Amino acid sequence: MKIHVDRSRCVGAGQCALTAPALFDQGDDDGLVEVLDAEPDGTQAAAAALAAQVCPSGTITLSR
Amino acid sequence: MTLSEPEATEFPVRLPGESFPPLQYADFREQPGLIRSTLPTGSPVWLVSRYEDVRTVLTDRRISSDPAREGFPNVARTGGVPTRDQIPGWFVGIDPPEHDRFRKALIPEFSVRRIRQWRPLIQETVDRCVDHLLSLGDSADLVSEFALPVPSLVISTMLGVPFVDREFFESRTKTLVNLKTTTEDERGVAVQELLRYIGRLIKVKQRRAGDDLISRLLESAVLSPEELTGVVMLLLIAGHETTANNIALGVVTLLSNPQWIGDDRAVDELLRYHSVADLVALRVAVEDVEIGGQVVRAGEGIIPLIAGANHDLNSFDRPDEFDPGRAARHHVAFGYGVHQCLGQNLVRAEMEIVYQTLFRRVPTLAVDADVTALPFKYDGTLFGLHELPVRW
Repeated sequence: MKIHVDRSRCVGAGQCALTAPALFDQGDDDGLVEVLDAEPDGTQAAAAALAAQVCPSGTITLSR
Repeated sequence: MTLSEPEATEFPVRLPGESFPPLQYADFREQPGLIRSTLPTGSPVWLVSRYEDVRTVLTDRRISSDPAREGFPNVARTGGVPTRDQIPGWFVGIDPPEHDRFRKALIPEFSVRRIRQWRPLIQETVDRCVDHLLSLGDSADLVSEFALPVPSLVISTMLGVPFVDREFFESRTKTLVNLKTTTEDERGVAVQELLRYIGRLIKVKQRRAGDDLISRLLESAVLSPEELTGVVMLLLIAGHETTANNIALGVVTLLSNPQWIGDDRAVDELLRYHSVADLVALRVAVEDVEIGGQVVRAGEGIIPLIAGANHDLNSFDRPDEFDPGRAARHHVAFGYGVHQCLGQNLVRAEMEIVYQTLFRRVPTLAVDADVTALPFKYDGTLFGLHELPVRW
């Protein structure tokens, strides 16, 4: 699985960093999404799917 | 079917003794299209009750949050959502792209990591509030003596309100919430006093910056001091009664389900289960748009029922059961889309720390009344409790 983010859409709700802290963080200065691991597998892939689902702004998309 | 046809469904009200969310919501979700209703003000409005439809409404760019637009629904008989002309910086009522300047200025202050740094201070505040509660003897009203002070004291610390002004700050914020014991005039005075106070506080921080939110926002200079006054007022109001309602309702629900006391997973389930901000996300269509099989015309008001979405069987199994073991993180208790609650990570931290601390330090805490007869806010925009008598 591959994670794609469109930072221009991010509203900094932090739901990804809360849901999948191994994969996402928020930038120190702007609080916007930062990807820590763009190619998760196993349980982390499930966490990425949940993060994409709870993101309020459609910032996170996933591909195979 | 159009919005202005007669015989609309009566605006759903919570009735004393009836469960919340109203049982009607389940019927709403079963009906095709959207629900036509009439607001207490007499204006027609569409009610949206299904999870997917609510998320669509909250993300569609053809739907506006601007209360100055024709057709914007106001659930309050008087007052309602201020426009940017009334309070500059009230950015929940501003649409993108203009909205984004305000939101982006504030995001770093409410990130998951920043809120984690605030936790020791939240803990200290909660401990002081428990000290106060215990000093009252062996019974008290948990709402006025604990649930309301906690968020007020936490946000005043984050904003950099000097310690000597905390009492003034807390008493005025409390006035805004006590719909039962204060008049509309008194609440209006409290708003003006707070706005004046915040304006003065900003001037103080301009001269002498501190390690606080107002000082950092002044330094970044993205917002004017006038806009910043409105933003601070918004942070104060948005995070006060909502959090207090969640705290008090959560205490009742956890005391009825004690096996979940001490489990932080209870917090998101409490947020979903109670959905206190059911009638807060108000919208108006800017263009014709189809929602849930219903064409909504430009200029028609829309209310996405947050509790309707959070109790939708298609998104949550056994939605009317309180079960923190479920996967509930996709709830929309904080809304959805670009206006999703900025302070949600703060609320979660406050609720986690409140429940951990309160039940540890006051292990004999009990509701001192018949739970079904408690004074729930059946009449308010927000669901909650006017009072919560407890003993220990």
